[in-house]
Amino acid sequence: VNALRGSRTGRVVSLVLATGWLVIVVAPLYYMILASFRTQGTYLTSNPWVPAGGLSASSYRTVFAAGLGRYLLNSVILTAVCIALTVTMSLGAAYRITRRRTRAVSASFVVMLFGLAIPVQAIIVPIYVLIYKMHLYDTLFALILTLSAAAIPVSVLVMVSFVRDIPRELIGAMLVDGGTEWTVFRQLIWPLSRPVMATLAIYNGLNVWNNFLLPLVLTQSTSVAVLPLGLTKLEGLYSVNVPAVMAGVLLSVLPLLVLFMIMRRQVMNSLGGVIAR
Amino acid sequence: MIGVGPPMLLFCLFIVVPMIAAVALSFVKWNGLGTPVWAGGSNWAQFFRDPVARTSVAVTAKIVGLSYVVQTPIALALGMFTAGRQRHKTVYATIFVLPLLMSTAGIALMWESLLDPNFGALTALSKSWHAAFLNQNWLGDPSLTLYVVVAIIAWQFIPFHTLLYAVGRRQVPAVLYEAAVLDGASPAQLFWRVTLPQLRYTIVTSGILMIVGSLTYFDIIYIMTDGGPGYTTRVLSLDMYNAAFQQDQYGYASVLAVILSVIGIAVAVGLVRFTGFASMASQQEGAA
Repeated sequence: VNALRGSRTGRVVSLVLATGWLVIVVAPLYYMILASFRTQGTYLTSNPWVPAGGLSASSYRTVFAAGLGRYLLNSVILTAVCIALTVTMSLGAAYRITRRRTRAVSASFVVMLFGLAIPVQAIIVPIYVLIYKMHLYDTLFALILTLSAAAIPVSVLVMVSFVRDIPRELIGAMLVDGGTEWTVFRQLIWPLSRPVMATLAIYNGLNVWNNFLLPLVLTQSTSVAVLPLGLTKLEGLYSVNVPAVMAGVLLSVLPLLVLFMIMRRQVMNSLGGVIAR
Repeated sequence: MIGVGPPMLLFCLFIVVPMIAAVALSFVKWNGLGTPVWAGGSNWAQFFRDPVARTSVAVTAKIVGLSYVVQTPIALALGMFTAGRQRHKTVYATIFVLPLLMSTAGIALMWESLLDPNFGALTALSKSWHAAFLNQNWLGDPSLTLYVVVAIIAWQFIPFHTLLYAVGRRQVPAVLYEAAVLDGASPAQLFWRVTLPQLRYTIVTSGILMIVGSLTYFDIIYIMTDGGPGYTTRVLSLDMYNAAFQQDQYGYASVLAVILSVIGIAVAVGLVRFTGFASMASQQEGAA
């Protein structure tokens, strides 16, 4: 039993090393929080590690005046729509893939598996050309379509590996009782799949919320800018006002942080679980 | 809603079609506005002649290699630590996840001001601790910047791989450890002889994700260094972005797109081979 828990020195060493990494993670965040509560003047004159010398919330007012609210709204819309699209579409596809395998269905699944291998960053140039030709350039809709498309391979794969494990007898019993494929899907598959839907919602949501390259290439107006892009616009506007930029960065993680606090266990299981499946 | 149609349509239109278009565009000269002109292999010849491209390949390879070497041991160690169920480990694990919640843009802007040589937090530390080595031009010194970028990428992605390793470690059956302990194995032997072999799929998965991820890595470099100073952090994905959106050379940009995709796919096919996604697909065939 002792060997299972490791030696005493081993435990102390690992605790010290883990604490070292803890400091590396926390220190920049602490610096950022503190800097966001400075004014432009006190930022330049005070020690960035010591919370003294007049803290103020003026930077937060500055970033909202600069349009951060708009970026936030765009990000919320984009993320919510992408989550709804990818989760429902991939569950429907997974049900079909595990239930009735025609040649076309099998071929589709293989194509989507290969999609796992294509890094979206690599094909950003033709994606831009396509969106431009479709007259979707500089719209939120362009981001919804492309980011959802990029999330499909992982989503379908994860859903298939979940739906596959739903006992066939349950489905068979419902069909014998006069259920249709649709009632089976709605009354059995959908409710049973809630946990895996939540997992995918978190995983895809995080990727969409934080994506930078697609908004950078596919949009340009401030009115459709999402948060990560908006932050760099903010920096362009206030390159010398570090507290304002830090306040913007903090506000952009705040919604995720609140959600994370509420459902910490679920988030952590999701992130590791999607890939570990 | 039931069916592979809608997701297939979306996926084909916005991933498969661009993929094919990239190959086609790599053989034309096109500025994005006029009519594309057939160019044969001249875009490809340009890639193999261009000294900037050669530098970018070297820098990209360096970032991929260094990222792997830096991130893997740290993530593995932290993953083993956080796999435990003790209360303090849960707290550590929760805090370790925080960088994952941040966007790359946010991370880049945070580190940019933190590393500022005049007002940055490290410069302040060097003053109060009298530690001159902390006072560097982190993002302007050609001999340092690449390593600073690698470190920031590690700060961003180690949390994710830590989670992967923690999940992998928890899935190792306890009975394996009990048996090994009965045979008199030491903690070190438990790690090398039981844990590590059991984690082989996690190691491969995490490694491939790291390699493909850093191969196409763009955001932090674009925001923080734009490839500089000089060409020291100029990577292929930045070359591609500049070729298309700064110089309007869509043909040449597509050459880079094809090269990045092919390397990405080659690496990921390795993943499919090693981790048994392929066997999962064939089990699917069998079940049908």
